[in-house]
Amino acid sequence: MAELASVPSETPVDPANWTCPAPLRDQPVVVMGHGGGGALSAELIHDVFAPAYGNPTLAAMGDSAVLHLGGARLAFSTDSYVVRPLFFPGGSLGDLAVNGTVNDLAMSGARPAYLSAAFVLEEGVELSVVDRVARAMGAAAEAAGVTVATGDTKVVEAGHGDGVYVTTAGIGLVPEGVDIRPQRARPGDAVIVSGPIGLHGVAVMSVREGLEFGIGISSDTAPLADLVAAMLAVTPDVHVLRDPTRGGLAASLNEIARASGTGVRLRERAIPVPDAVVSACGFLGLDPLYVANEGRLVAFVPPTEAEAVLAAMRAHPQGSEAALIGECVAEHPGMVVVATALGGTRVVDLPLGEQLPRIC
Amino acid sequence: MCLAVPGKVVSIDHRADPLTGVIDFGGVQKQACLEYLPDLRVGEYVIVHVGFALQRLDEASARASLELFEQLGLLEEEFGDAWRQAAEQAGDAVPHNPESAHDKSGSEAR
Amino acid sequence: MKYIDEFNDPHLARRLLDEIRATVTRPWALMEVCGGQTHSIIRHGIDQLLPEEVELIHGPGCPVCVTPLEVIDKALDIAARPDVIFCSFGDMLRVPGTDRDLFRVKGEGGDVRVVYSPLDALRLARENPGRQVVFFAIGFETTAPANAMAVHQARRLGLDNFSLLVSHVRVPPAVEAIMTAPACRVQGFLAAGHVCSVMGTAEYPELAERHRVPIVVTGFEPLDILEGIRRAVHQLERGEHRVENAYPRAVREAGNPAALRMLEEVFEVADRSWRGIGRIPASGWRLSDAYRPYDAEHRFDVSGIRTEEPAVCRAGEVLQGLIKPTECAAFGTTCTPRTPLGATMVSSEGACAAYYLYRRMNGQAPQGVSAPQGDSARQGAPARGSRIPQEEMNSIG
Repeated sequence: MAELASVPSETPVDPANWTCPAPLRDQPVVVMGHGGGGALSAELIHDVFAPAYGNPTLAAMGDSAVLHLGGARLAFSTDSYVVRPLFFPGGSLGDLAVNGTVNDLAMSGARPAYLSAAFVLEEGVELSVVDRVARAMGAAAEAAGVTVATGDTKVVEAGHGDGVYVTTAGIGLVPEGVDIRPQRARPGDAVIVSGPIGLHGVAVMSVREGLEFGIGISSDTAPLADLVAAMLAVTPDVHVLRDPTRGGLAASLNEIARASGTGVRLRERAIPVPDAVVSACGFLGLDPLYVANEGRLVAFVPPTEAEAVLAAMRAHPQGSEAALIGECVAEHPGMVVVATALGGTRVVDLPLGEQLPRIC
Repeated sequence: MCLAVPGKVVSIDHRADPLTGVIDFGGVQKQACLEYLPDLRVGEYVIVHVGFALQRLDEASARASLELFEQLGLLEEEFGDAWRQAAEQAGDAVPHNPESAHDKSGSEAR
Repeated sequence: MKYIDEFNDPHLARRLLDEIRATVTRPWALMEVCGGQTHSIIRHGIDQLLPEEVELIHGPGCPVCVTPLEVIDKALDIAARPDVIFCSFGDMLRVPGTDRDLFRVKGEGGDVRVVYSPLDALRLARENPGRQVVFFAIGFETTAPANAMAVHQARRLGLDNFSLLVSHVRVPPAVEAIMTAPACRVQGFLAAGHVCSVMGTAEYPELAERHRVPIVVTGFEPLDILEGIRRAVHQLERGEHRVENAYPRAVREAGNPAALRMLEEVFEVADRSWRGIGRIPASGWRLSDAYRPYDAEHRFDVSGIRTEEPAVCRAGEVLQGLIKPTECAAFGTTCTPRTPLGATMVSSEGACAAYYLYRRMNGQAPQGVSAPQGDSARQGAPARGSRIPQEEMNSIG
């Protein structure tokens, strides 16, 4: 501490007397931010789950794990769905439960094949609601070309659940020669997003109790496996794929930057954000880069392949508005930096937890 | 301190207590309390903060400001292209064309 | 969006920047008072585009940042009570009290709700007659009329289960306090546009004259901020010190008379503590006598809660522009966005958080840091916020 004493300070520095008012890290209870897909989620994994059952497969950090089984490479993923309200413009819990897991599989390049579906139902929920969710799942599974092969149902007492929770798991086959994972991001890679961002998060917020606003947009929830297949048809050498759900594009890009030890540099003006999303984020004080998507992917591809991949994406209905938004760089490893429209820069950090409306 | 955004008054409910209207913020519609601008009319623009219209926006003033800005910077050449320099320092991956930067896409993230 | 897009035009921004560059001949330190302006400056990278002679000092205008620890502790106490629905603006939930924050209270079973408007809290009071609904009424002059209307309506409707925990602050006394600080470096102010939309500009000429400091009422879009800077620099270069309105589309000299009348009725001027700065005379509002029954501090008897600010946090000096965040010993070591000691590290536009990110990006100290010795000492210290091993980030998400 000898050096610190040279810091000009009116207050004597005595660590013994420090009273840190916010040791949030040591939160003894779960807070909402632990499920927000940001830094708190990452710490929960690091502090609790990894010590308990960590292993090299888990540590690979993909949206899905890639397993070697019986001579085949299987992608395997699971996700729980707890959206409120259950039905929102453009989709429902059922759509998310299928598309979310299908997309997690697709982000390792796999062709999704089978899903499981486990329901936790709250006592007293109308069966018609469960029926609507189930039908939405059936329709989404058909659209995504997957089969719901197994399932389970549990009921909890009234007041102990939020109507309907669904957990799905999925498996799919990873094609030969495909190796997609966040660690493969390389300086020079082109960063491509498959379409306008922020639609899902804003659509759900628009019908959330206490926040209601009228807006003419719908969730972007959609299966992306077919789009990924179209990209891999151009080149199997796609380095990274990620679907920017919770925490938005900002969280996904930060995770990739940290996993690969590279930096990411974006051009603000190139990022497609619908006007309505800009406006909604404007009056809520949110940043579209942090808003959830359910039918978008971000891809890191070698610069030589960028143009062809982009063209293939734009020829596909799920990627018709795909855009080159930046590049992977060697500078500022682990960080995402945006060149603003004015010509300045700003850092886009990993969100801590969920984004909240600001007044300031 | 204060996130307040401009919006256009699309309807006013004169029976509401307190006085309430619907404001359009670029395609997003939200109710706001109009009690502090009681003589507001549909079609006018206001700034809204935490659900309250606080002040009218004056179009003539806005136009005058923009016209003033247009007339500035005549000494540009003399001082070199600071804009491009700044953009390069800021790490714009693609060389910045100041002319194309003028295009309004209306879809940038901000 | 009209009134936003035009004021984001990069072409005109360049003209303003060129004009500022052509005008400035020596170093000037300007303070933008408002956190919303700081947010815009960081968001658009405006500070990096200015000529190096122009230094922007981020002022104490983030209402979340300046809400004193003691009031937050009172909020936490009230929010944890089983009969209470505690309503707050979203950015307040993460601000640390002494040993927890509102998120934690919520996690432990407190009924804490984020609302967009104080009228949403009023609606909750109507819908839940059997419970006490408390609204955390923070903010500057811009937010005060909204909160005043909520309590005014509650009184009219006889909603006895509604109350406000008030921590309102006013800009002019803060400007006064900053200008009279012994080591004050601020030479010009960008006054907060939306505060003036409500209050008008009548309070400022006297301040500008007495402290011989230019005060330019400034808006929030990039061109507005550049215009505020341009006018302030122009005045400084000519040795002038006037109040100018660079945000005329939203600010009238008289402010909003209806809002001012309501403020007059509901609130009375009171001394207020500012987090990290201390007590500033007449710098805030409390409920007037007629509205005292709606004051949550009385209703829930939390007057016994007394809290001191942590001594090591130098947020107050940062907020007054006396030091740069990097000159605080705790910066980047014990104090990070993840484990904030002070509110300037909490919100993304807080001066300390902004510096923290900027320094990480460059892998070194940000530009303009004037304490090389102390800074190099700190660079060897581990930054807690970056300790998550990459490989374990998230395979379950």
